[in-house]
Amino acid sequence: MLGYIGRRLFVIPVMIVGISLISFVVINMAPGGPIGIAADLNPKATAEYRERLKAYYGLDKPIYVRYANWLGRLATFDFGESFAPDGRKVWDKIRERIPVTLGINVLSEALILIVAVPLGIYSAVRRGTLFDRASTVAVFVGFAVPGFWLALLLMILFGVHLGWLPISGLTSLEHDSMNLAGKILDRARHLVMPVFVAGFGGLAGMSRYMRSNMLEVIRQDYIATAKAKGLPERKVVLRHAVRNALLPVITILGLSVPGLLGGAVIFETIFAIPGLGQLYYQGVMSRDYPLIMGSLVITAFLTLLGNLLADVGYALADPRIRTE
Amino acid sequence: MRRANFLPVAIFLVAALTGGCSGDKKEAPGAADAARQDTPAYGDALVEGSIGDVSGFISAVTSDTASHAAASYIFNGLVKYDKDLKLEGDLAESWEVTPDGKKITFHLRKNVKWHDNVPFTSGDVLFTYRKMIDPNTPTAYGESFKQVRRVTAPDAYTVVADYDKPYAPALESWGMNILPKHLLEKYPDIKRSPINTSRPIGTGPYRFAEWKPGEKIVFDANPDYFEGRPYIGRVVTRVIPDQATTFLELKSGGIDSMTLTPLQYSRQTETEEFRKNFRKYRYLSFVYTYLGFRLDHPFFKDKRVRQAFAHAINKKELIDGVLFGLGREVTGPYKPGHWVYNPNVRLYPYDPGKAKGLLAEAGWKPGADGTMEKEGRKFAFTVLTNAGNESRSKTATIIQQQLAAVGIRMEIRTLEWAAFINEFVKKRKFDALILGWSTGPEPDQFDIWSSTKTGPDELNHVGFANAEVDRLLEAGRRTFDMEKRRKAYFRIQEILAEEQPYVFLYAPETLPAFHKRFRGIEPAPAGISYNFIKWYVPKAEQKYTTYR
Repeated sequence: MLGYIGRRLFVIPVMIVGISLISFVVINMAPGGPIGIAADLNPKATAEYRERLKAYYGLDKPIYVRYANWLGRLATFDFGESFAPDGRKVWDKIRERIPVTLGINVLSEALILIVAVPLGIYSAVRRGTLFDRASTVAVFVGFAVPGFWLALLLMILFGVHLGWLPISGLTSLEHDSMNLAGKILDRARHLVMPVFVAGFGGLAGMSRYMRSNMLEVIRQDYIATAKAKGLPERKVVLRHAVRNALLPVITILGLSVPGLLGGAVIFETIFAIPGLGQLYYQGVMSRDYPLIMGSLVITAFLTLLGNLLADVGYALADPRIRTE
Repeated sequence: MRRANFLPVAIFLVAALTGGCSGDKKEAPGAADAARQDTPAYGDALVEGSIGDVSGFISAVTSDTASHAAASYIFNGLVKYDKDLKLEGDLAESWEVTPDGKKITFHLRKNVKWHDNVPFTSGDVLFTYRKMIDPNTPTAYGESFKQVRRVTAPDAYTVVADYDKPYAPALESWGMNILPKHLLEKYPDIKRSPINTSRPIGTGPYRFAEWKPGEKIVFDANPDYFEGRPYIGRVVTRVIPDQATTFLELKSGGIDSMTLTPLQYSRQTETEEFRKNFRKYRYLSFVYTYLGFRLDHPFFKDKRVRQAFAHAINKKELIDGVLFGLGREVTGPYKPGHWVYNPNVRLYPYDPGKAKGLLAEAGWKPGADGTMEKEGRKFAFTVLTNAGNESRSKTATIIQQQLAAVGIRMEIRTLEWAAFINEFVKKRKFDALILGWSTGPEPDQFDIWSSTKTGPDELNHVGFANAEVDRLLEAGRRTFDMEKRRKAYFRIQEILAEEQPYVFLYAPETLPAFHKRFRGIEPAPAGISYNFIKWYVPKAEQKYTTYR
């Protein structure tokens, strides 16, 4: 097991280099660039200014030199400086947004689990009943509804008409003058809609997944045996079936690790949440190469790590896999 | 809302609609009670929404609207535009230009202090000038300052700029934000200084209080401002990237002001509820949309064909369809009400018959399918515009249908901005395009119309070349005499109207809405933000009571 983990860990840096090389080339091939953003269609931007700006950002060097320099800095965990006029360190920009994105994604993931797992179990146990069919329709409707549309409807209802919840942002203007309880409540009120919208679409996948796992487990011989022994159904389901049906969920959770830091551009834009998705999107639009590369490397690393965690977690939870 | 910020950005592509209005003030319903007399009071806060976040505070090294708006609260230039778009003193009390136009002497105000209480002097102006021409400063605005031969400061409150030859836009270029020498001299690269990145210190009406990237930026009134303490105690700019969210925030009271879209202005705010809480304004912006032709294209070489287009396009229908009537037809590059606007140029009323006549003169005859043909070639071409700009795509669609009525087939292709500019516009790989220019009060448009500016990175995309226009452009920028300038630009407009290198389509109106508690907003040719420090909220109506 340890040898397996070691081998997998060794591959990660190699994969990062491969991913970053492809990304670096693709980004640099995209039309436009940081110079164009500042200079295109601006009569004040002379050819000399363009050249000066190129040198300022180091864009006057060949692409392989720039990549080598970037990789060299990355080896010391230095993501470089953003091309934006504020010229701040890429890591600082990313770091200050991590708590927001991570917080919302963890909450929405928790919401998905809390709702979807029991829903899936109950649907499987009561297969074919009205509840099963209604919940199936409901979660698929939820899956099909565009997030931005749902967000706007909720904003109109709860924000404009009822005035119960703030429409966007993370805190009220008076946040700093509130006491601790007030601050927590204020933050919570701001998070209700974004967390709900972020989690709503994920309910369908997880609940259907749980339901099909459960159905598969229920058909197993040992469940029939348990029932034959006269165990009450509640015990059979919760003690024997659910534990095994939850195993694949571990994989899903592992795979959702990179998503925890991957901000969703659309809902961050709609709710005006300063998260990583927005930062990355702005980086792409302004061709801020260091920022784009920094975000990509972090996402790539988390994806690889998530895959590893999922595999290891699965192996730890399921003895059959370990022996293989 | 932003104070009028006139960096020497004479012409800039339309990203956000800010600017001035024509002399004819049109008020929205409900705006009449703006004149209601109340007692001005200090306090309250204005919360505004901004699509983009600030990227830096030194406007010399930023190029986005949000950053320039933030800088306009904090910094001043030597000169600024007044409500009627005439230059007046800002940090300069007065100035004089020598008769030969080669020397400008600025007399600075003596009672100005930086936000850290250090006095402002001519040393700061010299320092800013040197930074503007310094190769280490990545600024796009250095060109105007490179025209200067020498800048001297005979004393702490006088600055003299010598030029090799007269350069009229020079005066406007001194509207550049003046930077604090005592805080910046130790930074070889001002872009990386805290003044730009985190703690700006200026001379302006508001002091920087807080910036939470991606979330909000806060300014507090400067009680020692040389023009008097602003009434509104605090300005909060919230970053809300989505237009629909911004509108809902406005309706729910989360923000106090926003610039409405034509749809919102005409359809979504005409309710009793909205009128009860908000006041809407409208004024013509410094922006126009045009259909430009590649002038060496075989179809568009002939002036009569371009004139036929001008007759075939119904501008009123465009304004009604795209802007819900909230805009005006334009006949040239200057908006009605500008001091160089020429109202007597050749006009092209909508007349499909006349358009067909002009096409026939140019050798185009209707073919079997009704499409115009000449020497066996059908009149079919492609117009390009950028994706993500709804009003331009709508404009293209309406024009497509209008041209079809005179036998011209126009295909529409929308492209991602960077690809559009780099792969098509710069390489001149287009038949025609729909774009817009955002122009400032300074009438010099050398970069757009001079035959010397047709290179890939230059702005005369259509390849317009006219010897008389070249001469007039040069004459217009080499004199400070307003009458001589007006004459030059009047003639340029006559030639452009005759030649139709563009079909000048329309100028949209800027449509701000403000919560009714704000008083003192008076639309003028410069827009509404020129007197921002005089806006106030009567004591009894103040919403945020912490900022007094």
